[in-house]
Amino acid sequence: MSGARETARVPAPLLVPAALAVAFLVLPLVGLLVRTPWSELGAQLAAPGVGEALRLSLVSATLATGLSLLLGVPLAWVLARSRARGRSVLRALVTVPLVLPPVVGGVALFLVFGRQGILGSWLDDAFGITLPFTTAAVVIAETFVAMPFLVISVEGALRAADSRFEDVAATLGAGRWTTFRRVTLPLVAPGVAAGAVLCWARALGEFGATITFAGNFPGTTQTMPLAVYLALQRDPEAAIVLSVVLLAVSLATLLLLRDRWLGRAPA
Amino acid sequence: MRRAGPLVLGLLLLSGCGSSGGGASPGVAESGPVEPGDPAIAGTLTVLAAASLTDVFAELEERLEVANPQLEVRFSFAGSSALAAQVLQGAPADVLATADEAQMARVADAGLVTDPEVFAANPLVLVAPAGNPAGIGLPGDVDVRGLAELLPEDVTLAVCAPEVPCGAAAAEVLAASGAPAAPDTYEDDVRAVLTKVVLGEVDAGLVYLSDVHAVGDDVRSFAFSEGAQAVNRYPIGVLQESGAPAAAQAFVDLVLSAEGQRILADAGFLSPS
Repeated sequence: MSGARETARVPAPLLVPAALAVAFLVLPLVGLLVRTPWSELGAQLAAPGVGEALRLSLVSATLATGLSLLLGVPLAWVLARSRARGRSVLRALVTVPLVLPPVVGGVALFLVFGRQGILGSWLDDAFGITLPFTTAAVVIAETFVAMPFLVISVEGALRAADSRFEDVAATLGAGRWTTFRRVTLPLVAPGVAAGAVLCWARALGEFGATITFAGNFPGTTQTMPLAVYLALQRDPEAAIVLSVVLLAVSLATLLLLRDRWLGRAPA
Repeated sequence: MRRAGPLVLGLLLLSGCGSSGGGASPGVAESGPVEPGDPAIAGTLTVLAAASLTDVFAELEERLEVANPQLEVRFSFAGSSALAAQVLQGAPADVLATADEAQMARVADAGLVTDPEVFAANPLVLVAPAGNPAGIGLPGDVDVRGLAELLPEDVTLAVCAPEVPCGAAAAEVLAASGAPAAPDTYEDDVRAVLTKVVLGEVDAGLVYLSDVHAVGDDVRSFAFSEGAQAVNRYPIGVLQESGAPAAAQAFVDLVLSAEGQRILADAGFLSPS
């Protein structure tokens, strides 16, 4: 009854709920595939606006991920390494978008970046820049919703990383910035990659904040989730096809990147 | 202040019922075909209705429930397309009221409703935020004019997506008007358009007349000549699968009655004629 093989086996009481959980999470995806009108797939994909929506989704999710990396990795470092007081409050604050209903996020973004918003009215007056109804607004909405995923992943990786390497680098005369670039970052690279993938996938699926803050215009702000929602109002078959496309893109990305970069990351 | 009229009427109705011990006072009998205390009008009545009818139908519900204490009316308000889809998928309900005839036709074609009747009409109007930053319709904006004259080229414009009834209507009037302004966003319903106007995030939007009544002074509205081309007509009908046909018919009759029409007019709807 002892030995590595026995302990690796799933205890019976866990098996049934785990199987139910798999069924619950995967069955809706299966349902989508079963109901897909495969013969119409080509025609639906060629429909005007679909390619545009997909392209916009991919571009804006990638830009949002880039922005999240630029701002989120330093934030994660602050949360993981700095000894400042109020870190737990800060952590709670910056992860609020994780649990906030996205449509509420959209409203909040309006109040800050909208034409009448705190920063938005200043941008409008000073530079004549208005953000809502532009692709930039899509990127902002997606970044707001998706960045916390990256921050949490990177912060976890930083906490798990062995800080003695950094200490050694410091004793060998490396500055703090060099240590961060040459030692810390490579150390947590898998965590950063995992966070970036999560962040990208979340940005790709963003709906509520986008339609609230960025609006919905083909080619400028209409991403795939918005196209799916509106197709559902008119032609459910088209909505199913678009959903399958989005599902395929997300799944392919998660699988590919997982094998390639995240192999070393603990599951 | 708009609500004061119906409210007083409702109070009169209430006191009328009380003093006559549940019997039909002349005032009630005149105001509609509803017969108070009809034993067939009891139980739960489920009404699926277009979101734009939310306030009006809540008021009608009160009338019907006061007249029929055994009756409980439940509403499900949503976009007309979604409601039609629900009925076609077999959702149990007694009455369907949609914001356009096309969605009702889908249900009628499936044999799930017979002889729906049009009970209200709702034209599109152009709205601007209270401050009217783009100067829409100025100067001298009393006359009804074409959209092309009202809308400067560089305005930020919100309309409904073409997939929903208000968007189909908006596309029609924009095409007919030849206005140079192009929409900047296609919102998923008419209230989303209105919200963006109220917030001042867009310079103008195309919404229904009844929605303007809902927000009052937060927006300025402008009628335009093409509006007559895209008037949404609201049909209502008792569903074939209804488990409470008598109560359902009573609700439909109330909507079509003089009293129902008065409440609809107060909320900014036009008569269907």
